[in-house]
Amino acid sequence: MEAIKNLLFRMADDELIYGHRMSEWTGMGPIMEEDIAYSSMAQDKIGHALANYSILEKEFQTAIPDKLAFFRKENELMNSQLVELSNHEYDFSLVRHFLFDHADFIRYEMLSTSSFVPLAQLSKKIKGELKYHVLHADTWLTRLGNATEESHARMQSALNELWNYALGIFEPSDYEAQLIAEKIFDGEKVLQRKWMEKISPIIEKANLKIPSSSTPVYGGRKGYHTDQLQPLLTEMAEVISSEAEGTEW
Amino acid sequence: MYGGGYIQEEKQEATSPIDDSQKLAEFEARIDRGEKIEPHDWMPADYRKQLIRMIEQHAHSEVIGALPEGTWITRAPGFRRKLALIAKVQDEIGHAHLLYSAAETLGKSREQMINDLLTGKSKYSNVFNYPAKTWADVTVIGFLIDAGAIVNQVANSKGSYGPYCRALERICYEESFHLKQGHDAFITLATGTKAQHDMLQDALNRWWKPIMHFHGPPDKISEHTAKLMRWKVKMATNDDMRNQFLDMYVPKILEIGITIPDPNLKKNEATGQWEFSDPDWDEFKRVINGDGPCNAERLAVRQYVEEHGKWVRTAMMNPNQKVVIPFA
Ligand SMILES: [Fe+2]
Ligand SMILES: [Fe+2]
Repeated sequence: MEAIKNLLFRMADDELIYGHRMSEWTGMGPIMEEDIAYSSMAQDKIGHALANYSILEKEFQTAIPDKLAFFRKENELMNSQLVELSNHEYDFSLVRHFLFDHADFIRYEMLSTSSFVPLAQLSKKIKGELKYHVLHADTWLTRLGNATEESHARMQSALNELWNYALGIFEPSDYEAQLIAEKIFDGEKVLQRKWMEKISPIIEKANLKIPSSSTPVYGGRKGYHTDQLQPLLTEMAEVISSEAEGTEW
Repeated sequence: MYGGGYIQEEKQEATSPIDDSQKLAEFEARIDRGEKIEPHDWMPADYRKQLIRMIEQHAHSEVIGALPEGTWITRAPGFRRKLALIAKVQDEIGHAHLLYSAAETLGKSREQMINDLLTGKSKYSNVFNYPAKTWADVTVIGFLIDAGAIVNQVANSKGSYGPYCRALERICYEESFHLKQGHDAFITLATGTKAQHDMLQDALNRWWKPIMHFHGPPDKISEHTAKLMRWKVKMATNDDMRNQFLDMYVPKILEIGITIPDPNLKKNEATGQWEFSDPDWDEFKRVINGDGPCNAERLAVRQYVEEHGKWVRTAMMNPNQKVVIPFA
């Protein structure tokens, strides 16, 4: 039970924080079409967070989703550090979108056959939406990787900067063996392998190179975060925490 | 949102010469019959010019209007409000997109229009030069500014230019959701805790003047609406739209215990017209000409977005340029 809860929190927190970052592009995109695309993906992500928190509430009697999302402390959040980094410019955001969404898509695909039925059902639905996120990321990555000298250089340097953080998505939990044994989830190792297989040819097609040396940035899954998460949480809770918990807004 | 009824006029040069009185008569007859004018049809130069200005200003209002609310997405209280607000602001950007396309059918490119926005040459709805200071401001905008815009947009959707009417029909459909959500959030604050109620009252106090400005100056000081109305570019006068708005929404504000900060606001039952204090039309003029609390900030944000997105747009225009792989 702790194993499933831990998995759900990791996923929900990833979606929540990443959705927050994506939503920051609303009104700020380099072209209007991208503006709209990012807002629409942000809604999906935040919706996925809500769905995962709802499973926690329903199946494990945790607090309600609004409380889980808006009132937990920084060190209680289990998102990977990749998703909390501030957006920087469009290059950084796009490469993160590419790296994260492929992992996310494969994760939900794997979970769609989970022995934990509520999650399997949700995953089937979510992976249908994520298909478009991945398609969006692939299109833009290959386009900008191959367009001008500047766009290519920007893509490559964002990839270099983000690579170790992306590997941090797959930080193993204390429950890997149990999740695998109970056929809930095949584990982070398998996910990482599938992810590498999937993204390598696309990176190549985008005329980019995966950094040759790598050290995964772990810690996020255990509640250790960069200094970029707390300001995000403070901002997110600014209004809702100005009144007692449970107040209608 | 957000098209206010007010079309900011450039000082009229001598009215463009009417090319052909025969064609003009046919054109006006078509409009009288309720036909739509389409992009390739003949139209007077002045009709084209006024429409471009109006649609362009409407589009800019959607883009700029996304900013004050957009900054509250990350702070929206709870999942429900957050999801609704992102969806709303996304819609507004979508409206801008539709409207720029409609204006492009008249011969001005999106780039030119955005350029004119950034240089201050073309205007946008005045209300967005005021700050959204608290969450309550978001609910006031979502409820009352969107409501004001609907009054105007529904009227204009029955205008004479086909592409604009079709864009407006779709826009109005989405606006009705914004209004519903805005109203719901507004009521929640009005009937919530004392602090929430006070926050809402404070927001409405600050927004009332811009709301009264929203449909533009009174008809008696507005320049030449007559021709625009004959050509069905404009479908109702500023005063009519404002009156209609007050008719529909003043009761909804009062019924939930919020006060309107104008002791002189009342309906004259004999004339059917609302009477109110002078909402300071000089301030309206100052703000639309660049001297409002947020004009500089709004344009600076758009400028930032344009500059930082430039490399992306350049890259998209060079899809075939092969990069020399810089690795050995
Ligand atoms: Fe709109
Ligand atoms: Fe709207």
